[in-house]
Amino acid sequence: MTGLAIKGRARVLGDDINTDYIISSRRKRDSLDPQVLRQYLLESVDPNFAATVEPDDVLVAGENFGCGSAMEVAATVVVGAGIKAVLAKSFSRTYYRNAINNGLLPVICDTSAIKEGDRLSISLGDGFHVRNETAQTDLTAEPLSPVVYAIVMSGGLVNCFQSLGGFPDPAQV
Amino acid sequence: MTGKTIAEKILSAKSDSDVRAGDVVICRIDHLVATDGSMPMTIDYFERMGGTSIANAENASVSLDHYSPPPNRTTADLHNQIRKFAQQHGMSVFEVGDGIGHQVMMETGRALPSDLVIGADSHTVTYGALNALATGVGSSDLAAAMIAGRIWLRVPETIKVNLDGTMGDKVHAKDIVLSLVKELGADGAAYKSLEFAGPGIANLDMDARALLANMSVEMGAKCGLFAVDETTRAYLTANGSRQGTPVSPDPDATYCQVVEIDLSRVEPQIALPHQVDTVVPVRDAPQAPIHMIYIGTCAGGRASDLHEALAILRQGERIAPGVQMIYTPASRTTLSQVSKDGTLAEFVEMGGVIQTAGCGSCCGTCGVIPGDGINVISTANRNFKGRMGNPEASIYLASPITCAAAALNGRITNPKDIAS
Ligand code: SF4
Repeated sequence: MTGLAIKGRARVLGDDINTDYIISSRRKRDSLDPQVLRQYLLESVDPNFAATVEPDDVLVAGENFGCGSAMEVAATVVVGAGIKAVLAKSFSRTYYRNAINNGLLPVICDTSAIKEGDRLSISLGDGFHVRNETAQTDLTAEPLSPVVYAIVMSGGLVNCFQSLGGFPDPAQV
Repeated sequence: MTGKTIAEKILSAKSDSDVRAGDVVICRIDHLVATDGSMPMTIDYFERMGGTSIANAENASVSLDHYSPPPNRTTADLHNQIRKFAQQHGMSVFEVGDGIGHQVMMETGRALPSDLVIGADSHTVTYGALNALATGVGSSDLAAAMIAGRIWLRVPETIKVNLDGTMGDKVHAKDIVLSLVKELGADGAAYKSLEFAGPGIANLDMDARALLANMSVEMGAKCGLFAVDETTRAYLTANGSRQGTPVSPDPDATYCQVVEIDLSRVEPQIALPHQVDTVVPVRDAPQAPIHMIYIGTCAGGRASDLHEALAILRQGERIAPGVQMIYTPASRTTLSQVSKDGTLAEFVEMGGVIQTAGCGSCCGTCGVIPGDGINVISTANRNFKGRMGNPEASIYLASPITCAAAALNGRITNPKDIAS
């Protein structure tokens, strides 16, 4: 199994970023396509956010990222915008699941010292490594359980069902 | 080894193993439910995952409640797509006007004691009131569950909420749960199960329990669970349901935290805009002008909510000029009940507006949307900026009693100050 490596620029957000802030419910009335919705990403937090997203940006949040509704577009819109990982002190449980299932890496770690624009690198192989290249510090991330690790390594639950036809067997990963 | 909580017992049974908090297991599902909000993506995932049939289609339901009725062509077409998929795969459909899926699930015996129910909607937790471990997931999880009849779950730690005593006059279950949200915070129960216990529960009817379980997710909880008692059994019998297999916690179960609430000391509470955990007692709240009162949602749209509001409204001559008063019944059964008992007509004669049973104005997907600068007081469970479809409106959350007091005075009012 090959590892997973992500490098990108930190985009710092606050605590309690709810799914309605990530993508407003009213935008869903017209389309569910992440490529359409990405232009409204985080508009309630910062109307210019979507326009300034670069591929490989990493979202960096405080506590309880993705709280509120369980709507999955809040995860797919982030993936649609080219973002591959979210670092947060904690996630709402439905957001955590939706991220895992869609191949967006949710990393639980202490994000307090990360500044807007810091260069971050995240790798997942034999273990979980998160490094702030700008500040030259290593962050301790919470490890993934075997079932979750197996899903992440298959690229998400969709890929996993496509290739295995069902849930992964953690013993096989 | 010490005993188990309700969540540990249910998830042990559903995974055929002996599990404890922190374990991640793959579990069998008893029932699954989607909404018109989550179903289109679920269908998409189902197809991408290579799904051809639903594992237990007789235990799969979808509710057309968020766009009830559909406000535009796109959502009307989505409904047609959902109906077609459901018919093809043998899923039950709760039609436009049947009500909020969560209410219908409880009324039709689709969630029973000890069941594991997952729903692609965060308020699936509501059926914890009936001793079912019910939890919200996203569309991909639901699609996988449809195909495999299973889901991966982390066994949650449990916070025990001990209720003692009886609520005072003009106090409502909403005030209990807002006090709890204030104490624990919007993520105070993240990934955890809330287990409601103690002698105070005997004094709470099923509507009150459903509200407490419903708003567990406002503290980030995975589920909010009650044990089974006389009230549960009577509710199941009245709805013609089977009784299920009740699960109680072991006396020596391990809890990560215990919260004590003396119901006799709970005062009317209000959540200020725009966070559910910015809660203050109504007597200390700013007496902000109120332009709209909203009675509805899976937190506060049941018949008892309309009744409690009316009991206060009757104390005044009329509602304050310029105040809009809107009621969205939680379900068709609710609507039928308030029609038959005359309270619907009474509310309309006082100036109230009635919307189609369903989610209504809760999240801005259909129904009345408040205008810019409007202050709404609502029985709902969420008050994020933009929640009702307009980020320029402000939403206060309170009991139907406190909402009605505000309608009479046109500003936030402690219901205890309304003469009765
Ligand atoms: S009433 Fe509101 S909270 Fe409940 S299911 Fe509908 S949109 Fe969600």
